[in-house]
Amino acid sequence: MAGDGGGEALRVEHVAKRFGGLTALRDVNLRLARGEVLGLIGDNGAGKSTLIKIICGFHQPDAGKIFVGGEEVALKSVDHARTLGIDTVYQDLALVNELSVYHNMFLNRELVRWRLLGNRRMRRLAQQHLDNMGVNIPSVDDEVAKLSGGQRQAIAVARSVYSDAKILLLDEPLAAMGAKEGALILDLVRDLKDRGEVSIIIIAHNYGQILEVCDRINLLQHGSITFDKPTSETSVQELTDLVVAEYRAARTQKLRPDPSANARPTPRP
Amino acid sequence: MSDSVDVAERVEPAPAGRPSRGPLRRVGEAFLRRRETSVLVVALGLGVYFASASPAFLTQPNMVNIAQATAPVAIIAAGMVLVLVNGEIDLSVAAVFALAPFNMHYLVDYHGVPILLAIVLALAISAFIGFVNGFITVFFRVPSFVTTLGTANIVIGLVLVTSHAYPAPIPDAATETIRHWFGASDWAHITWCLLIVASFHVLLTRTPWGLHTIAVGGNPLGATEAGIRAGRIKIGNFMMVSTLGGFAGILEAFRINTIDPNLGGGFGIMFTAVSAAVIGGTALAGGSGTVIGAFLGALVLAELQDGMNLIGISANPYFIILGVAILVSMIANVYLSRLRRTGRA
Repeated sequence: MAGDGGGEALRVEHVAKRFGGLTALRDVNLRLARGEVLGLIGDNGAGKSTLIKIICGFHQPDAGKIFVGGEEVALKSVDHARTLGIDTVYQDLALVNELSVYHNMFLNRELVRWRLLGNRRMRRLAQQHLDNMGVNIPSVDDEVAKLSGGQRQAIAVARSVYSDAKILLLDEPLAAMGAKEGALILDLVRDLKDRGEVSIIIIAHNYGQILEVCDRINLLQHGSITFDKPTSETSVQELTDLVVAEYRAARTQKLRPDPSANARPTPRP
Repeated sequence: MSDSVDVAERVEPAPAGRPSRGPLRRVGEAFLRRRETSVLVVALGLGVYFASASPAFLTQPNMVNIAQATAPVAIIAAGMVLVLVNGEIDLSVAAVFALAPFNMHYLVDYHGVPILLAIVLALAISAFIGFVNGFITVFFRVPSFVTTLGTANIVIGLVLVTSHAYPAPIPDAATETIRHWFGASDWAHITWCLLIVASFHVLLTRTPWGLHTIAVGGNPLGATEAGIRAGRIKIGNFMMVSTLGGFAGILEAFRINTIDPNLGGGFGIMFTAVSAAVIGGTALAGGSGTVIGAFLGALVLAELQDGMNLIGISANPYFIILGVAILVSMIANVYLSRLRRTGRA
């Protein structure tokens, strides 16, 4: 199973993470093939964001292994993960309203000449890159504050892709987005998929929308992956039933102590 | 108008790649969009008014007065803008303003350090105080208002204790040339000021450091997620404003030819610098600000004080006008930035 990572972009084995007394992830196993789009679903508090933050180097796992391109890595920081080609589009997008679109695109990767910003070059490249990706905005000179939610999301995604990301993590890119704006993001993801250079994990709540673009769906429940099927073999109904069933079970258990709360991560050799 | 168009052109050429609307109109619009515009208009308007009200206003000695009143405030404000853009504030800079010339004096007269080296060391000590401000604010997460309130009092105390609250003369080791270079000449102060304002304008608008300063103030979490080391940026800016405070203090000491423990008035010049920054269009909320605006703000305040003096109004209403100016510019600032956001400006 381990060894050659031919078509494999990312593998997570038995990852666990606790915050004080709270077990966020118990035992997560996840595999992402090269060029694949994986949908990660699960209820609020299931640990989706924690998992993303471990994969992007923001948190360090208490146990478990992470393989990038078949090689085991210990991700020390966000910067470290980024050098390995792992980039994240956070829920809050990490855009700075006060800066122009092209400055945001190059934030912390500015092009510099004689220690001064190469504004002309950054502006041109940003425009080119957005055109290539089919992202339409009025002007790269505009402050990000002027843009719509979908446009901001598109800028954030374009920024990550531009930075040569091989593995892209999208944390709820469709949250709080209108139908039209959501379609813009889905088109963007589809385009990336067609090019096949980037592997993507999308966290989402809207099952219909992610079934449109994902190759495979994983369900995260109580800190581990409990469901893993290709998109073609599942449906919105099945996914909804799974999550609702979990909710029902949790509600009937509410008066009893939750056995999973005391469960410890299973250490593996 | 041709005058102001000229200014806009020098400050920033009209952005390329827009549909052409005639160069003059484009430059005119770029000028109107700039935040410095309104305060520049106020500065020019005050100049015209006072010049017509008093023949003494435009004389060279009076220009020197205004320049010398503007310079220390604008030097401090240049650094303060960066700290404010970071979403922080430095209340201790007026105390450092008083301490730096004393440190120069102690080093030269008690430790035999050569005068130029003493000035450099005094600036290094100022920078260190800025480092302490930044370190406490970043690592202990103490609001900078409180951190620098603490260090301000400590530094004021240090000045009073070490000087026994007595003024000291400028060290004899300072030659005529050095005195003139460092503030005794009529135009020395403002020349340093313009150099510093220009450099800090470039630093804020044209370098990665400036971009990161805006990012850290505008979206602290987002900036960190983008990999910017917010703590380093903040500490660096605290060090810069403190160094500028020390430098302005040394210039001021040379200008008035004495080293006064009350230089800077405890907190006085710091608040004047913050006022200048606010009048110039810097929001205390962080994320936006302009160094040139702060310079113009300092100029407006200097003109007001000087002009009211000349036309024989008592200096007392100055503070009422200052207060109104701060409120009006702050409200205008909020209103204008809302206009810009909605894409109508």
